[in-house]
Amino acid sequence: MKVRIDRELCQGHQLCAVFAPEIFGSDDEGFGVLLDGSSEGELDDSQYAAACEARDSCPEGAIEVGEPG
Amino acid sequence: MSIDADRREVNQYDLVHPEFVADPYPTMAEVRAECPVGRSTEHGGSWMSLSYQAAQDLAADVERLSSEGVLVLPPQPHQLIEPQPRHAQVTAPPITSDPPEHLPIRKLILPFLAPGAVKQYEPGTRELCNRLIDGFIDDGRADIATGYAQQIPVRIISALLGIDDSQSDRFVGWVRAILELGHLDHHKRAESRTEMLDYFQSQIEDRRSNPRAGDDLFTALCRITDDDGQPLPDYLILGIANLMLIAGIDTTWSSIGAGLWHLAQHPEQRQQLRDDPALWPRAIEELLRAYSPVSMGRIAVDEVDYEGCPIRPGDKVVLSFPAANRDPAVFDDPDVVDFERTGNRHVAFGSGIHRCAGSNLARLEMRVALQTFLERIPDFQLEDPGAVTWAGGQVRGPRVCFVTF
Repeated sequence: MKVRIDRELCQGHQLCAVFAPEIFGSDDEGFGVLLDGSSEGELDDSQYAAACEARDSCPEGAIEVGEPG
Repeated sequence: MSIDADRREVNQYDLVHPEFVADPYPTMAEVRAECPVGRSTEHGGSWMSLSYQAAQDLAADVERLSSEGVLVLPPQPHQLIEPQPRHAQVTAPPITSDPPEHLPIRKLILPFLAPGAVKQYEPGTRELCNRLIDGFIDDGRADIATGYAQQIPVRIISALLGIDDSQSDRFVGWVRAILELGHLDHHKRAESRTEMLDYFQSQIEDRRSNPRAGDDLFTALCRITDDDGQPLPDYLILGIANLMLIAGIDTTWSSIGAGLWHLAQHPEQRQQLRDDPALWPRAIEELLRAYSPVSMGRIAVDEVDYEGCPIRPGDKVVLSFPAANRDPAVFDDPDVVDFERTGNRHVAFGSGIHRCAGSNLARLEMRVALQTFLERIPDFQLEDPGAVTWAGGQVRGPRVCFVTF
């Protein structure tokens, strides 16, 4: 499934990285990124629950998670 | 609540009332049930967001609600401090800045406070925590507020700024005079602020005439030049240093203190953390949610009609992140501290463009301080729950909190 961080909305709370560190991390300024440094990518279906928790933990509503395969 | 067009006077809260300071949550819940924004005429008057949505909406309204008014409570007439001819221009950017000035200043400091950058402070924080515990562990009792929590952030911020170790104790003295004792002695506060900014000024001059290789914030800010090769103005560097002080110290010590106050009363949750150390990051976020220390202020520069509340130019607005984080519309059982809570989109660090720039450092300090305390002192309890005192206003946390072990 797809996952995307809206860079316009992200304010760097880092709650995605706290609750789903296997998916999300930080760039050099503390804004949320996927672990490869990008703002969007494909996740394995097994990561769906973790990605959804990160989405639901974002105060800015900056994370979109697609439907699993 | 409904406020009619003549702006009927109402008093739904008093930010510094001893009962509100000791336990603000029942009042917040009561007022929130009527209206997402409360009103008080105390202390110059203010509006206060109570719902999660109101905190976010009002924080986002940066055009009409200015951050020049981050401090809501005015000094009382008898507390007015004398004018400060030096450093009168020094504020605390970017917390006190509005767009468009806000973002460039924020961008200057973010790289120093990103998760990767703050990791370097973890070993020093752990060593400091252990040293503080060494000082009281044989006593069987300690004031975790003044003897522990309050000792930590000031030294970490001192390291972040690049203040020489030999000057660290002086810095601690100034900070305590400004933040901790300042409400009792405004003359001392003004004097300490001037002394501290004089010292920072000398640091700027020293770094300009003797460039050094360090990567501390002071050195970096003195090195930066704009497109025309001009250095940052001194008042801006002093302002950023001042920000580290007013935003990075009593806030974090309040969170550390409140976390230990909670854990002192919950042996089952201390056990839960021992059984499953992977819960620590979640526990920290949950404690931040439940005991958020900070409410930020704004001053209206235009008319804002929000949920029937007529906010008018000059009105002060309190963005209560503590109230937002206890909103039952967003958090199930908001008054329950649950380390396994999911969907914890708390706004302890604020929301929108002014979200706390130092949150990653605060989290690190809080986690290391709590972990180290629990490792060294696995069992502890409040000596007398009724004797714990809290500081309130815009930063809430325990000020005296004895535990026995």
